[in-house]
Amino acid sequence: MTADAPTHVSALEPGKLAAAPEVMPDAVAASMTSLVAPTAPGAPVAAIDRKPPSLLRRLPTSPIAMVGLALIGIWVVLAALAPFLPLDDPNRQDFLSLANPLPSAKHWLGVDIKGRDILSRLIFGARTVLTVAPFAAICAYLVGMPLGLLAGYYGGKVDLIVSRLSDIILAFPIIILYVILISQIGPSFWNIVLAVILTAGPGIGRIVRGLTLEQRHLDYVAAAQLRKESDFYVMAVELLPNCRGPLITDFCLRVGYTIITIGILGFLGLGLPPPDPDWGTMVKEGTTLISVHPHMSLFPAIAIVSLVLGFNLVADGVRELSLTD
Amino acid sequence: MIAFIGKRLLGLVATLLVASFLVFAVTEFSPGNVARKTLGPFAAQESVDLLYQKLHLNDSLPVRYVRWLGVLTGVIADPLQDPALKLDFKDPRGDRYFGNFGYSTLYKLPVNDVIWNRLGNTALLAGISFALIVPLSLIFGVLAGMREGSFLDRTISVFGIVATSIPEFASGVFLVAIFVVALRLLPGTSPLTTGGGGWSIASQFVLPVAVLVLYDSGYVVRMVRGSTAEVMNKPYIRTAVLKGLSFKTVVWRHAVRNAMIAPFTVILLQINFLISGVVVTEMVFAYPGFGRMLLEASLFGDIALIEAATLVALAVATTTQLLSDIGYALLNPQIRVA
Repeated sequence: MTADAPTHVSALEPGKLAAAPEVMPDAVAASMTSLVAPTAPGAPVAAIDRKPPSLLRRLPTSPIAMVGLALIGIWVVLAALAPFLPLDDPNRQDFLSLANPLPSAKHWLGVDIKGRDILSRLIFGARTVLTVAPFAAICAYLVGMPLGLLAGYYGGKVDLIVSRLSDIILAFPIIILYVILISQIGPSFWNIVLAVILTAGPGIGRIVRGLTLEQRHLDYVAAAQLRKESDFYVMAVELLPNCRGPLITDFCLRVGYTIITIGILGFLGLGLPPPDPDWGTMVKEGTTLISVHPHMSLFPAIAIVSLVLGFNLVADGVRELSLTD
Repeated sequence: MIAFIGKRLLGLVATLLVASFLVFAVTEFSPGNVARKTLGPFAAQESVDLLYQKLHLNDSLPVRYVRWLGVLTGVIADPLQDPALKLDFKDPRGDRYFGNFGYSTLYKLPVNDVIWNRLGNTALLAGISFALIVPLSLIFGVLAGMREGSFLDRTISVFGIVATSIPEFASGVFLVAIFVVALRLLPGTSPLTTGGGGWSIASQFVLPVAVLVLYDSGYVVRMVRGSTAEVMNKPYIRTAVLKGLSFKTVVWRHAVRNAMIAPFTVILLQINFLISGVVVTEMVFAYPGFGRMLLEASLFGDIALIEAATLVALAVATTTQLLSDIGYALLNPQIRVA
């Protein structure tokens, strides 16, 4: 019964991790888990006799996940093909179109405040978002996952130090942390990645810690320890694959939330430096003319929502699948 | 229980201390020294040097942090108010009192004269939103969770995912496009003054509140739904149904009470999340609140104001976390807090 509530809390929304009840007494956390998500604790035992069917292979059975994948897929394909599509240069200013910036045959989604083609900027902007967000999330996982494994597996002092440190970061309202960090170190690709690692890493660590605590006392771990496998082997080869369901869910949510965050930073004027297109910055620039030409901020806003929705739908599909494991 | 609360209060203070040190460190990391940032780019080099001396900026970071704590607790006088600096920074409370957050270089006012007003505005916005989020999510969450897999459940769940996928600035743009630009029913900005446009203060709250409610209730609805669905599968619900109670009675008398325990924590923790959402919402609608102030302070490099704002935000966040833990322990008799 040493489960950790935030695992399942976050299964819905990683942003809420900032608010997750981290220092709850274990009893509270445990009983909360049983209320929130009826995961079968016996599930991994079956893994001893036969390999469980891969989550990926069962993904097509979830309509929700497929809709999500389709949304992500459209953007990935557009972003990948961007240089080959018959698009305007995203930074070219077509001053003649400024007289009538609305969608037309020449500019399908119209032009923005500086006469640049919105469709082209959206598609080239997708390249940035689809690189930064998953890359930053992976980096955050590379930092948070080992910390969580160590804390959950060894417990004691290691756990205390890791948990206390992450409690402090997680006590911050997350956007405030981003604003302070980025406004001080400046917006750039690596700084945004750094900010994501710093803000998301502790949350990931806590989830992995909770999952490790759930699994640590199961037979398959004891079997591996009896075989005198190294601690690293037990953690990386035995424990981690058995936590994949909630982790894949969390990863998708986290990518979605990182896209939101990058959008927010752009909207607040802390986006990636111009002139390269950034969706959040596009929304912000559009708002100055929103009373006359709402399309300038509407289209980038729709783009952000569609991509985030894609990741959230996939996360929801994977969550349902992993509950029926 | 008292020992538990005492321990948690100590932890809270420790968190605030470490977090404020971290913020202190981050604000000092950025290029350009603090004296230059305080005085602005056009100040004469001599006054920058003088301030540099007065603030003892060549001391190490921990030493300066302790000094900042000294000013905050009223042990040391605020060096910025020294008349020798000719900054004309005056605080009617004096230069040495408990809770002295220093002087805001952005607003040219004592931080205490800026921050509480703004915090009040934000509390009003967050309070109205919260008062709507809780009942709305409870109603829809229970409606969805009481018949798992029903059409109503599916609809509400999908709405929940969609709502949490629309960041505040995007829903702000959507709502403004519909209600301000197309229908001309509501004001697009909320400066909380009636001048210009002539919109009433009440109408200025509609859109910001709607944005916050949309984003947050999507999450809470799903939380309540999950908890209700879980309880509806319990044996005592089957017993209640089998003994002939109407479905309505079963849901309201037996299920809802037990289903509310888990969401209670989450709902209280929404206050922390509201603070985040409020920063963005305030920017969308030019609302004179705490979040917008923090953003402006960060962009300007107003260290005293950033420190004060983060401390207050953190205090609110950690206190609600503590309250939610205590409330949780009181609500659920199964939990013994050692």
